[in-house]
Amino acid sequence: MTASTLERTAPAAEPAVKPRRRLTGAGFMRAYVWVIIAWLVLPIAVMILFGFNDTPGRYNQSWVGFTFKWYARLFELSNLTQALINSLLIAVVSSVLSAALGTGIGYALGRYRFRGAGSLNLVMFATISSPELIMGASLLTLFASLQVGLGAVTITIAHVMFSISFVATVVRARVMTLDRSVEEAAADLGATPWVTFWKVTFPLILPAVFSGVLLAFALSIDDFIVTNFTAGTTETFPLFIWGATRIGIPPQVNVMGTLIFAAGVLFAVIANVRSRKATKKD
Amino acid sequence: MKNRVKRQLAPYLLVLPGGVWLLIFFAVPMITMLSLSLQEGDIVNGYRFTGHWQTYVDAISAYQTQIVRSLIYGAITTIILIALAFPVAYWIAFHGGKRKSTYLFLLLLPFFVSFVLRTISWRQILTDEGPVVSPLKSIGLVGDSFHILGTPAAVIGGLVYNFLPFMVLPIYVALERIDPRVVEASRDLYADPITTFRKVIFPLALPGVFAGVLMTFVPASSDYVNSEVLGSSGTTMIGQVIQAQYLVNSDYPTASALSFVLMAVLLIGVFTYARMLGTEDVMKVAAR
Amino acid sequence: MSAPNFSDPSLLRGLTQRRFGRRDALKLSGLAATGAALAACGVQGKGASNSASAAPDAIAQFWNGKAKNGKLSFAGWPLYMDPKQPELKQFTAKTGIKVNYQEVIQEMGPWFAKVQPQLSAGQSIGYDLMVITNSFQFTQFRDSGFLAPLDLAKLPNYTKNAGDAYKKEAFDPGNQYSIPWASGMTGIAYDRSKTKRDITKLSDLWDPAFKGKVGMFSDIQELANFGLLAVGADPAKSTAEDWDKAAAKLKEQKDKDIVRKYYDQSYVDALGSGEVWITQAWSGDIFQKNISDGTDFQFVIPEEGGTIWTDNMTIPITAENPVDALMLMDFFYEVPIAASLASYINYVCPVPAAQAQMRADAGKLTGEDKDAALAVANSKLVFPTAAEYAKLHYYVAFESVSEQQKFQKTFEPIVLG
Repeated sequence: MTASTLERTAPAAEPAVKPRRRLTGAGFMRAYVWVIIAWLVLPIAVMILFGFNDTPGRYNQSWVGFTFKWYARLFELSNLTQALINSLLIAVVSSVLSAALGTGIGYALGRYRFRGAGSLNLVMFATISSPELIMGASLLTLFASLQVGLGAVTITIAHVMFSISFVATVVRARVMTLDRSVEEAAADLGATPWVTFWKVTFPLILPAVFSGVLLAFALSIDDFIVTNFTAGTTETFPLFIWGATRIGIPPQVNVMGTLIFAAGVLFAVIANVRSRKATKKD
Repeated sequence: MKNRVKRQLAPYLLVLPGGVWLLIFFAVPMITMLSLSLQEGDIVNGYRFTGHWQTYVDAISAYQTQIVRSLIYGAITTIILIALAFPVAYWIAFHGGKRKSTYLFLLLLPFFVSFVLRTISWRQILTDEGPVVSPLKSIGLVGDSFHILGTPAAVIGGLVYNFLPFMVLPIYVALERIDPRVVEASRDLYADPITTFRKVIFPLALPGVFAGVLMTFVPASSDYVNSEVLGSSGTTMIGQVIQAQYLVNSDYPTASALSFVLMAVLLIGVFTYARMLGTEDVMKVAAR
Repeated sequence: MSAPNFSDPSLLRGLTQRRFGRRDALKLSGLAATGAALAACGVQGKGASNSASAAPDAIAQFWNGKAKNGKLSFAGWPLYMDPKQPELKQFTAKTGIKVNYQEVIQEMGPWFAKVQPQLSAGQSIGYDLMVITNSFQFTQFRDSGFLAPLDLAKLPNYTKNAGDAYKKEAFDPGNQYSIPWASGMTGIAYDRSKTKRDITKLSDLWDPAFKGKVGMFSDIQELANFGLLAVGADPAKSTAEDWDKAAAKLKEQKDKDIVRKYYDQSYVDALGSGEVWITQAWSGDIFQKNISDGTDFQFVIPEEGGTIWTDNMTIPITAENPVDALMLMDFFYEVPIAASLASYINYVCPVPAAQAQMRADAGKLTGEDKDAALAVANSKLVFPTAAEYAKLHYYVAFESVSEQQKFQKTFEPIVLG
């Protein structure tokens, strides 16, 4: 997750305000922001730390000593490993599916005026602002009514459901700001609408689709509440952690949490650096 | 002619797959849930539709305390969030300089760790004999049975922690969009910084605050993870009750009825809030 | 190109812009009408397809054509087996069957709710063997037809070695669907260093001195039992009036903030972290906690009496490896295996002959190990005497589903409220 897009939209005249601001509290406020950041990071630090804890029993509660052994024994717990694999698979499938479905909606809403667009907007707003609890619970009632067994498939269905609207929202915003003259030029040159879409429009909205995919991936891999209602005995990474809280969380969970965190941060930083380079070239 | 038909069909074809998905897996479940809330029976012999409204009456009378408590926790959380987040967003928007994105990135760091895991980590920090409480006990500042976990403060603290970025970001975006010339104009007209803030910056940031409230109040009031992990039997929220009625007691009708009540209360709350602030019109204008 | 971003302005704009109006609401109600057809159909139950006694040919029907697959998945509870799983290793060595043992059950309600949708859809739950308590969920499992009928002819060790009491359990007459894994008592566990005194009575759970430091069970039957005993009623013979009295007693304990929380098996963790000082507990857990974590917690059956229950091995009807599961069930009734298990978990052993075996095994040890082993072999918590049984109470028995629902409605608001 980066803030690069924010920077791009920042008003160019920003430095103009600066010289005139001489708030006495500015230093105090800077300190305050750092306190907030420290507070946000504290539990993450604790999580990372206890991945290195040389705990003997099943309860990884108090600090015993430093060790790397949990990193070496990362995949020792078959259920935990399986849960992580499930999480990744579900996240990949659901983010791709929701990107495909969400892009269609987002494109249509951004480009055309059509009957039913209002209802669709309403449903999208509802999925984004409804409590996850209600969405998960209602899906459970649907599956129970239809006598559909629960598992990876129902989890994926649910994740696609709540991700579509996010993807569509991002894509719609991008389509609305597109310069239509480029497409018109393509049409004037004799390209069919189909060709125009794939050769001209799609590359232009691709960044939005891509951020939609990543957003859906992030939503899926971290989802607990909806998943809990639609999983049955299938476990995902968050569900495994939830189950383990009752009986002592194995240090491997901390290690996996740490690795996921590191991978995410690394990915975000790289993406950010690359997008900065790209904007500089522009 | 054929082309025009095609053109008219295009949006429907594009919308169809995703729309059907949302219809089947979002809208229809709401109806099955409503239907279930009016059914009678038990999990072994099945539930039958009987239009049994009594379930609502019983459920509300049994769990009204938890509904009210959840709304109060949600409201307190939201208010604290505004107070905490506004200065952060303000400082980053106006003083962040070139490192704005770095600050935002730092604020987003918690999202790289699973929601459940973060909350459990707080549990570890605040536990009764943990690094926070123990020192307080050993210097005699608090009694032996003093605890932070299990108190409303711990639950609300957890909620505030987990939802802070959702409040900071919309406010930040709103502040960021303010044309600096407007602020300057205010200064040129000899408004002091406080007046400038009150009359210019804050009103312009309101849409952000509104969005933040929407993104935090609803999930905070319906949350069950924080209260389950950080709370006690005295902090039970309605989300926990609904969760348990479905996933512990298999009492689908009661659970469905409570879900509907919760949803109705939240929707009414959101609408009233929108009307009160009068932001609805502002939003509508901005949308087109 | 940017990574997913909650701060993406386009996303935020999208989230904040559209509000819906009256017309949209009308459209929504149109949608509701479309779904009205669905409203009529309810959630179908699985009841009546099965009942307390199976059809005579049910056993043959289920087991016909089923063969050994060389593997099985076993859904157990935490603290119900030595983490090194010595018994399962012996089983694998003997039969070549690999066992995937998972501690996925911590309370009956959530377990039933979790597997119910899958079982009623006729789908495998991923486990071939599960240990479930004789609570009303056992009846729900059985009456829904979720349990495979057992072929007792294939359980020779059980037939030979099980104690008489474990062959005529009221909740499963004739052991058609289950054979015991272990029994146990529900009593009180406490941390002597915190309570600063010995705990002997149920009323200690109501002691304001332990405000905010008392743990109770979230399992409705377990909780209700202690409430009933506290008001002087025998759970097994209790009436609806007793339930109300017990509920009031429990409510009082909660309203005075004496109860910290209602726990499933996580009470062990809570006791370990100092979150509670005194809690409802299962007899064997505390011994294992003390062994594995070096703690010094006490377990006591209160003067007013505790309760006794039985956890049972059952095969879900959709099991993929039922033959392997049945073999493992019988394996746990071999005397040395039963002895080995009981000596670690400290729960009531359904195999009386295991006591002699445990004493003999202890004889081979020396020093402190020998004393510890002998203590377990002679423990009244593992092999209760008649006098012990007299102090113990059985679960509330329900005549009908509606009675059980009334019971649930009486006590649920205490745990959930």
